[in-house]
Amino acid sequence: MRVLVIGAGPAGARCAVRLAERMPEARVTLAGAEAALPYDRVALSKLLAGDATIESLITHPLPMLRSLGIHYRPATPIAALDRAAGEAVTARCERLAYDRLVLATGSTAIRLPFPGATLPGVVLYRDMDDVRAMLRAARSGGRAVVIGGGLLGLEAAVGLAARGLRVTVVHAVGWPMERQLDPAAGALLTSRLGMRGIRFAMPASTTAIEGEDRARAVLLADGTRIPAELVVMAVGIRPNIALARESGLPTARAITVDDAMRTADPAVYAIGECAEHDGRCIGLVAPALEQAEVAARAIAGEAAAWAPRADAAALKVSGTAVWSAGDIADAEAECITLRDEAEERYRRLLLRDGRLIGAVLYGDTADAGFYLDLITTRRSVAGFRSALALGPAFVREAA
Amino acid sequence: MADTRTTCPYCGVGCGVLASADGTVRGDPEHPANRGRLCSKGTALGETLDQPGRLLHPEVDGKRASWDTALDAVAEGFRKALADHGPQGTALYVSGQLLTEDYYAANKLAKGFLGTGNIDSNSRLCMASAVAGHRRAFGEDLVPGLYEDLELADLVVLVGSNLAWCHPILFQRLQAARAARPAMRLVVIDPRRTASCEGADLHLPIAPGRDVALFNTLLRHLHAQGFRSDAPGLDATLAAADGETGLDPALLATFLDWFAATPRAVTLFSQGANQSSAGTDKANAIINCHLLAGRIGQPGAGPFSITGQPNAMGGREVGALATTLAGHLDWDRPGEATALRDYWDAPNLAAGPGLKAVDLFRAAGEGRIGALWVMATNPAISLPDAGRVREALRRTPCLVASDCTRESDTLDLARIRLPALGWGEKDGTVTNSERVISRQRAFRPAPGEARPDWWAIAQVAARLGWSGPFAWTGPAAIFREHAALTGLARPAPRAFDLSGLSDLTDAEYAALPPVRWPVPRRGTEGGRLTPTARFTPTPYRPPANPTGAAYPLALLTGRLRDQWHTMTRTGPVPRLMAHSPEPTAAIHPADAPDLADGSLARIESPWGEATLRLRHEPGMARGTVFVPMHWTARFAPAARINASVNPAVDPVSGQPELKHTPIRLAPAPMEWHGFLLARRSLGTGLADWTALIPAGPDLWHHEMAGTEPPAEAFARLRALVEEPAAAWVLLEDPATSLHRAALLREGRLLACLFLAPDPAALPPRGWLLSLFPEPAIGSAARRALLAGAPADGSAPSPTICICHGVAASVICASIARGANTLALVGEATRAGTGCGSCRPEIAALLAKTPVPEPA
Repeated sequence: MRVLVIGAGPAGARCAVRLAERMPEARVTLAGAEAALPYDRVALSKLLAGDATIESLITHPLPMLRSLGIHYRPATPIAALDRAAGEAVTARCERLAYDRLVLATGSTAIRLPFPGATLPGVVLYRDMDDVRAMLRAARSGGRAVVIGGGLLGLEAAVGLAARGLRVTVVHAVGWPMERQLDPAAGALLTSRLGMRGIRFAMPASTTAIEGEDRARAVLLADGTRIPAELVVMAVGIRPNIALARESGLPTARAITVDDAMRTADPAVYAIGECAEHDGRCIGLVAPALEQAEVAARAIAGEAAAWAPRADAAALKVSGTAVWSAGDIADAEAECITLRDEAEERYRRLLLRDGRLIGAVLYGDTADAGFYLDLITTRRSVAGFRSALALGPAFVREAA
Repeated sequence: MADTRTTCPYCGVGCGVLASADGTVRGDPEHPANRGRLCSKGTALGETLDQPGRLLHPEVDGKRASWDTALDAVAEGFRKALADHGPQGTALYVSGQLLTEDYYAANKLAKGFLGTGNIDSNSRLCMASAVAGHRRAFGEDLVPGLYEDLELADLVVLVGSNLAWCHPILFQRLQAARAARPAMRLVVIDPRRTASCEGADLHLPIAPGRDVALFNTLLRHLHAQGFRSDAPGLDATLAAADGETGLDPALLATFLDWFAATPRAVTLFSQGANQSSAGTDKANAIINCHLLAGRIGQPGAGPFSITGQPNAMGGREVGALATTLAGHLDWDRPGEATALRDYWDAPNLAAGPGLKAVDLFRAAGEGRIGALWVMATNPAISLPDAGRVREALRRTPCLVASDCTRESDTLDLARIRLPALGWGEKDGTVTNSERVISRQRAFRPAPGEARPDWWAIAQVAARLGWSGPFAWTGPAAIFREHAALTGLARPAPRAFDLSGLSDLTDAEYAALPPVRWPVPRRGTEGGRLTPTARFTPTPYRPPANPTGAAYPLALLTGRLRDQWHTMTRTGPVPRLMAHSPEPTAAIHPADAPDLADGSLARIESPWGEATLRLRHEPGMARGTVFVPMHWTARFAPAARINASVNPAVDPVSGQPELKHTPIRLAPAPMEWHGFLLARRSLGTGLADWTALIPAGPDLWHHEMAGTEPPAEAFARLRALVEEPAAAWVLLEDPATSLHRAALLREGRLLACLFLAPDPAALPPRGWLLSLFPEPAIGSAARRALLAGAPADGSAPSPTICICHGVAASVICASIARGANTLALVGEATRAGTGCGSCRPEIAALLAKTPVPEPA
């Protein structure tokens, strides 16, 4: 059997590896658009901050791929699919035949369409090239604005600040990471990042990027002008679904798949950020890897079904541990809070009907797995509620 | 410097103590009472020496005054009272804490010179019934037996005595004897299953007040078994020996058989018997049985009254009770009052008995007492119907209080406060429950301007114009006068005779070794007494105020293992507070089906009310509630139980019925329960219900409950302890009203505040308290603070052995590892190897913890 995996991000690479392991007789091809070997996209912030090298980000070195029998094709963007023929057409018009196809095309960072959005000095934050561009800009020092105070934006801001830039984060909501954090944890995070020299303009919205030949300043809706030689846009992602759509596969926000990650075409699967399961798109690596596992099993002929679990997100900035999972915006949930003012630790647990539905951990995320498990399993916490916020070490359940 | 040989100031056992000036204390191996042992309270004596709250200067009307000014004010107050009311308008209320010499001086002032019998001692609350019983049976107040009789006996019967907690050293002597002679039997007669019942051969859970019926039953049984006596009064006594015990017939029969069959039997009785409206009859009912069986004053046999205080006996000897004269003399024996008047050269000698304690404060409440001098006791707390006593004290125009502590509810009410010497500072003699006179010696200088009580009495006497009769040079002179008095030619013979000590030189007095009276001649010493006795009819009477539909439960009050009196001495010692840190009421679970264990309950009686934490204890007799009497306004204003206690008294002894008050229980609903641990005392007004517990140097434990919304209470209480540069760790779950907070500064714990709707949801306090001395609490431990327990560690458990600080969990763990005896537990954990007061509790743990089979 010939299996072609398009996209060498974390989901695509994982799926290729699992396929090769399960079906040694199969011919597995992994085609990536980037020139690099498969790397840990999630760790790009470390590269930016100088806490990691490019080499250390590589997750699948060539000898490893070879020993698994995976044919790796870097710098091989796919231009079209010929599903009737069972072939993918590369940008160089090479045709790659498949019996089974896995789409792991990921997503693209959004570039907001205001004036100046395409000026030199305005970069996105998505892949290794983006990081290289930022590092080049940072070399000359100066001022940077990060548009977007979500996970990626903050990681970019911290990385740039670590490189010596004066960074301002422009964010549309009153506190950063509003999808993961409540206002209290957001305030702690703001103050902690402030100590690293990062300023915040929030809530604020950008109306234009000013500059003639290149970016010089960011103009906010309230008229504020923030001078900046580097502008990083980290305002969200858009699933890469053009290839699928143009081949006639049904799509909504992304490529629609069933529980086995199969598209409407039984020979074609989609996983990761380009897939849409039961109306939901994912944006995190852990569920993407699970989907990769499910697709590999399904292709190998095993029963497999992906069940979405609670989302968990963590900010990967050294010295500032932030993690959240589940539903943290339910206004009717009961909240347990744990605050340690001096140690800047904060926890907020959301409960409904005696069960944990969401958790925000700030400052110490060591117990994240414990809470994620409780959220996922929907186990009753009534028996140890008073110790719940203190972590598993303090939970003594009646035997 | 050599240790000073002195005696312990706590209980009537009167143990010898070796004390050094630095406060190190150990048992005196040469003292006959204890042979080197000390109990938990005695062991901690050193910690009571430098207490905060000492009264160091005289005060008049709330202001510091010189001794001269203060003594003038006392004299003026008594002069005015004499002028307004005559001698009966003056009174002294003294204490078993006084040394014999102080006691003697106080009694001489009252009866000899003020001319009133109105001097009573807090011994009235303790063993007045025993005194009256002795006098009816023996014609004199004397205890025939010796401590060693408890060791020589084949049967020891404890009546109304939790010997294990209240007289621990005697209990240990008894237990050691039982260990050596396992055939020896111990019977405990008590409505409660107390620590003394651990390992007893028989526990008779008698209903409060039924002891007379029990011993009447025994008397009839003995007679039926053929015991006969020539002593007068047997027939009338047998005829009056009625009453049903209400006990399980099989238990009763066992007891009757054992007693009848055991010639060497000691019946030891204490407050449980004495504090009753039939207390005197209880003493006589017991003595009657011993008399009929011929078991008085024999080795290993006799009725044995044991006193509460260290010098109750000394007070009885000098006559510092309203009903007696000095030296065991009596008003109703012709010529004795005259002999005393001549000896003292006191033409004004009181013509008859004065007011006994309960009557005395009633008279004060009615405005009939113009001047009252309270010494070394706290009647505002300890008397029954204490609310009314408080009012009486408030109403007394000249209330004088001598004490070593300022921290007493009675001192608060006094117009004139006189700083007395405390233990370790004062010098004199005490007599223990087996008639052994021992010296209490000073080994520390007097703090501030504190002075001996006898000196203050003599100074006031001099100001009232009676300098000559009080011109003593020191306690030795007073002791000689007292001893000589006992040798007065007396119309009726007396066993009490100290003539042989009446010519002690000062040096001999200073070096006086323990000596048992009577000492009629120099160099002799008393032993067992075999007094001529008569039977006293003791028809059974139920308690004065019966329980009924409105007040269905019987309240008993009593003592905790590590507390003493109204906590003035023991309360500030954290180690002693640790054993029972909250005011509780114990009840059989079936008697309080609607009141949860650990909830707050209001005790209501026709006299008053108190609110305490309820404990379900299956060892309680049905229909009874037990409450410790120690708690004061200083520590737990709502838990002052004596305000609810009925003021009924024994018609003969005047001793109040502290062991039977009809009450009812009502829930005291609270929105929240909680505790606040802080580095300073925040008082007893923090919440609707508060108990303040000293927990260490600059460490205070507040137990609280309140009716306001918990979140409001949490915010209010946090604000009270907030400090600059300190930061909180907070856990809040508003939906379940759980609120926890710890306040730290630079890793040092400043306060912990825990609130919950259910007291069972609060963690034990011990572990948190143990963290306060830590110089730096690490990051990992900060969250553990709010758990109230170390992560993954065993949950903290109560301290059982306070000498070595061993927790119940540690003891249970050692038992689980195979330590199946007291000795092995001691080897493994050191628990019980110090003073030994905790051994009954360890025994209880041994009894209920499964011991693994040997592999």
